Amino acid sequence: MKQMTFYGTALPGIEPEPYHGKLIVIEGPDGVGRSTQIGHLRAWLESRGHAVLDTGMTRSVLAGGGIKEAKLGHTLGRLTMHLFYATDFADRLENEMLPALRAGFVVLTDRYIFSAIARAVVRGADPAWMRAIYGIALVPDAVFYLRIQNASELAERLVMSGRGFDYWESGRDMYLGEDFFDSFVAYQTRMLREFDQMTAEYGFQIIDASRPVQRVAADLRRSVARVLNRREQRAATKGKGKPTVMTLAQSASAHESDKAGQKGDGSV
Amino acid sequence: MIHYGEHEFPGQLFVVEGTDGSGKSTQLALLHQWLKAKGYPVFFSEWNSSPLVKDTTKRAKKRHLFTPTTFSLIHATDFADRTERDIIPPLKAGAIVLADRYIYTAFARDVARGCDRAWVRELYRFAVKPSVAFFFRAPLDVAIDRIVSARPQLKYYEAGLDMGWTDDEEESFKIFQGKILAEYDRMVDEFGLTMIDATRSIEKQQREVRRLVKQHMTKEAATTA
Repeated sequence: MKQMTFYGTALPGIEPEPYHGKLIVIEGPDGVGRSTQIGHLRAWLESRGHAVLDTGMTRSVLAGGGIKEAKLGHTLGRLTMHLFYATDFADRLENEMLPALRAGFVVLTDRYIFSAIARAVVRGADPAWMRAIYGIALVPDAVFYLRIQNASELAERLVMSGRGFDYWESGRDMYLGEDFFDSFVAYQTRMLREFDQMTAEYGFQIIDASRPVQRVAADLRRSVARVLNRREQRAATKGKGKPTVMTLAQSASAHESDKAGQKGDGSV
Repeated sequence: MIHYGEHEFPGQLFVVEGTDGSGKSTQLALLHQWLKAKGYPVFFSEWNSSPLVKDTTKRAKKRHLFTPTTFSLIHATDFADRTERDIIPPLKAGAIVLADRYIYTAFARDVARGCDRAWVRELYRFAVKPSVAFFFRAPLDVAIDRIVSARPQLKYYEAGLDMGWTDDEEESFKIFQGKILAEYDRMVDEFGLTMIDATRSIEKQQREVRRLVKQHMTKEAATTA
């Protein structure tokens, strides 16, 4: 059981009670393969007897439809978009994630607050403002950042997958390039920079996503198993007021997590 | 990010605030008529009216999907759209923008529902500061009488029934309005709201509103000239 810790102001009406489940975040840029990996992870977790809830951005009952509709038009302003996403997040947090965590589920979320913050910040929003709004977020048990070297690699994958370029994923609203390709690369380069900057702050565990799908999946399984086996070692950090993830950040920085993590396993 | 805050647009923003039944919409409509008659370009914007957001809000209200946090966030989203669409552009164009309810409504309601005071204020940091924010203050029993006698059925969120204070609609509404009024009272100094005694006659209140608006506009005109 782990005590609930929030990044900032906790949700009104929510007692920060202990919960049995695990909140596992898969973050990473558009087209890096997050949903494929979540599909694999889910099947694997279920085969091992874990109940899994998977959720992701714009999937809320409350605001999902409204956001998708607004994004189809041409009148969606930036502030409106940022706050619409925050509404979607809060609805899923309160009505999906927290109840599932209390019931002992493993919650796999395709993106969390980090993508939302990154998208807003590259569009000129004040980083402190976004962090204050998303202060309502529960500190996850782990954040796995599927990292890729550069934006052209992402573009290549997008083309290979046959999915093609999307208006928002290409940051077309930001007028960064003449065509979809240039715009995509310029936009995703900025996004990657934001993710990299958040890595230490939020204790992302980096998963090198440039490798083949199966290797990435194996890596993720190993890392998730570690999270699931983690004992109550962090009971001590509770009540310090510091987000738990800060202690994770030190143990799980960058590529070291692979090897160092295995050593760390024994000592935990 | 743009912090509109104390704007330097050529237009003017006047907003009315107060509990349900305070008579603020009536006062704003009268002000609107007067300004139009004087030949000013006037743009009117009301709470909860964003074309992008209002369907989501309406549906969620009907299905009782809101928590205090999502109620707060969807209204901030609606307000953001109106800021970007209805408020900034007319102010830049030099119009007078009239808003029926503004950020103070959110501060009062959301905090009455248990949201954190500082968090809600931070949420609305992008808002434009009004030239004058009128707060029509009516004592609780007066405002409640006006609403209860005029409207047979109170709406779920309007009555604060989502908070589960009591099952009695009217009782819940009274509790909720009491909390809202207490929040407004705190905000008078915090945000320099202009208090209007809403128990006086409609004509007297309107005379005061017009006097203050006029004063402000001549002052502005004088400083920019």
